[in-house]
Amino acid sequence: MKHPLLILGLLIMALASLTGCGTVQPWERGTLSDYTMQADRDPLTDSMREHVYFTRESAAGGRGVGGGGCGCN
Amino acid sequence: MNTSSAINRITTLAAIALLTLTITAQSGWKSGSALPDLNTYKLEGKIPVGLKGKVILIDFWASWCGPCKASFPVLNELQKEYGPKGLVVIAVNQDATDALMRSFLDDHPASFTTLRDAGNRLVEAADVQSMPSSYLFDRSGKIRFLHTGFHGEKTTAQYKKEIEQLLNEKKETK
Repeated sequence: MKHPLLILGLLIMALASLTGCGTVQPWERGTLSDYTMQADRDPLTDSMREHVYFTRESAAGGRGVGGGGCGCN
Repeated sequence: MNTSSAINRITTLAAIALLTLTITAQSGWKSGSALPDLNTYKLEGKIPVGLKGKVILIDFWASWCGPCKASFPVLNELQKEYGPKGLVVIAVNQDATDALMRSFLDDHPASFTTLRDAGNRLVEAADVQSMPSSYLFDRSGKIRFLHTGFHGEKTTAQYKKEIEQLLNEKKETK
């Protein structure tokens, strides 16, 4: 074997690229756009949480993304 | 060739092949791309015949996509207004099930062609970057205009301007 380390490295890189990380394509976001997947789906809970975070941590915002997880437009 | 060098070569080839597979970038539809033969994508629904020489608007949509919902009345209007002049609107659905598409179409009737891309073959070939996405083909079957997303009146005005331009091109070549 001339370059066993190189070959092993290449193989590890190739195998690593096959693991868990995948891209959800724009046309596969049906589940993500579901109502239950929206972090800000309940306005009352949302405002209560907002109040709690603000009083405890003096932090506001950052919960939920407008438009949900559809990624449309 | 001894056994170890054979294994060595096979491993190298396998590693290169795997890397190539994962790195390969998708090409997708771009301005100037030709309209592919829609019959080769196993689309569910009736593909319109006699598309040659027509201005074609292919729109990728799904029932879960809000802007797609907003675009349907506009696509109906475009088909009604420009259909007789040579426009064919083809909406390609990407829903997970046929029932989801049908339920959407019951609530939002379409006067244009709707096909279901059950295997996501066409959308993958187009390499759509956002839903909805639409591609406007001229009479020679080449992509001339691309739209990512639907932005209400802005997109509607663009559609009309572009469609009128493409429909008029025939008259210029006569």
